[in-house]
Amino acid sequence: MTPSFEQTSPDAKPVFLVERDEAVAVARKLKNDPRWQMDFCSCVTAVDYLKEDYIEVVYHLYSVALKHGPVVLKIRAPRDLAQCEVPSLTPVWRGCEFQEREAYDLFGVRFTGHPDLRRILMWDEFKDHPLRKDYIPPQDYEWEPTPHGEVLTRAKAQGGTIPPSAVVEVKK
Amino acid sequence: MSTAGVIETQTLEVSIGPQHPSTHGVFRMNVTLDGEVVVKLKPVMGYLHRNHEQLAEKMPWIASMPYTDRLDYFCSMSNNWAYALAVEKLAGITVPERAEYIRVIMAELTRLQNHASAIGFLLSDCGAWFTPVLYAFRERERILDFFEAVSGSRMMCNYCRFGGVRVDLNEQTLAMARGIVERFPPFLDEFEKLMTENEVLMARTQRVGILPKALAIDASISGPMARASGVEYDIRKVDKYGVYDRFDFLVPVGETGDVYDRYMIRILEMRQAVKILQQALRDIPAGPCQNPAVKFRNFKIPAGDGYGRIESPKGELGFYLVADATGKNPYRYHVRPPSFINLTVLEDMCLGHKVADVVVILGSVDIVLGEVDR
Repeated sequence: MTPSFEQTSPDAKPVFLVERDEAVAVARKLKNDPRWQMDFCSCVTAVDYLKEDYIEVVYHLYSVALKHGPVVLKIRAPRDLAQCEVPSLTPVWRGCEFQEREAYDLFGVRFTGHPDLRRILMWDEFKDHPLRKDYIPPQDYEWEPTPHGEVLTRAKAQGGTIPPSAVVEVKK
Repeated sequence: MSTAGVIETQTLEVSIGPQHPSTHGVFRMNVTLDGEVVVKLKPVMGYLHRNHEQLAEKMPWIASMPYTDRLDYFCSMSNNWAYALAVEKLAGITVPERAEYIRVIMAELTRLQNHASAIGFLLSDCGAWFTPVLYAFRERERILDFFEAVSGSRMMCNYCRFGGVRVDLNEQTLAMARGIVERFPPFLDEFEKLMTENEVLMARTQRVGILPKALAIDASISGPMARASGVEYDIRKVDKYGVYDRFDFLVPVGETGDVYDRYMIRILEMRQAVKILQQALRDIPAGPCQNPAVKFRNFKIPAGDGYGRIESPKGELGFYLVADATGKNPYRYHVRPPSFINLTVLEDMCLGHKVADVVVILGSVDIVLGEVDR
């Protein structure tokens, strides 16, 4: 197992770009190897690279025992929601638990092996993942269809997705 | 089947919050109770979620600076510094020495007022209803007055700029800061006389909510909470950002990791902060407070990503920033909020304790919902 090494940052620090199936093994290696001892997983987040068509999950690791760091661990997954999946590192570092839930909530990255993968910041009924670069916010969050005649027919005519109040007629 | 002598019991689910004074804001805990004992606890957050990160990605770099004030609204000065530090690291900007000293002064004063109110609120949660908070707020008021005199705002300071700070300290404001620092140790002595050996406080907090050292490291717990559990880790010492390597101060470390230790750690950290402030106010050099080479209009950053972090009063506050080829806005802007991550172990600390202890344990974590939810 040799992680590919890539320097992508002006910060001089080791950045490991690892394959998805190697991620857990690399993480365990970094945590348990006496020369690294990366026991503190500080920051977990994801970045949506729309043009390059992948989502990158970024882990910043530090060592409390040896007081060095950071080592950056990057894992890439395709943007397509059905395949957007990376192995969870929560079994390796407990500190990833909430942060991976946040990345799932805001980016739609599914962390396989996560003990409790639910939305954390958005509400449970929310459908989309708002930090994706192609996310389009609804024009009116508080709009709900009402059973009152005209409004309902207009809403139905528009497929019930756009609030009628938000539709502005454009004169030509 | 005979079940003589056995009373069948049922667990009870209670939702504490989101509008409850003991949850320090709009935070909710779904607690499962067996009698009065907690058997399960699930934190629910997001009630104050504003998608801070997306807002920042749509604005120029500098425009997010006032918004970082709203993360942890107790510590806007340290939030500003963390963001400025991350951008400076990414763009390779140097900061004049005087500005570094001013930042240290502001960050340590922030630590003083944050810890003072945190332990005040903790005692409120223990049942010492509002008297300790008022003692703490009396001192906090002086620090906020100082912030207002310097930055024009008490809490939303918007003070740091890339490559320096917005307003220089003059003789009057420096004298004001010296006055605060002089008065602070007597306040601490008075506060400790009232509280530290208080029997009720000891009974309510000792051996309550113990966080073992190994779990604290594994669960990425940072700041006073980790140090109370015996993790000797302070970013001011490890990273030596700013000019922290020039000051002589100690990192207090706890032993048991219970609520009482978290209370004591904050008292001891305030004493060390006073020590740093005395040295910083003594040694502050003359010179500019802003690097003149940094442009504000059309400010751009070369493509790349970087992570900057500081020891904020609540723990490790970090900013992960990605700049793309245009470099005008952050392509990605992520906040690593200490109080959000410190909540990971809330359930572990509360299991087996009474529901009244949950309130105390949560108070000892010291959360601010502006930062938890962002």
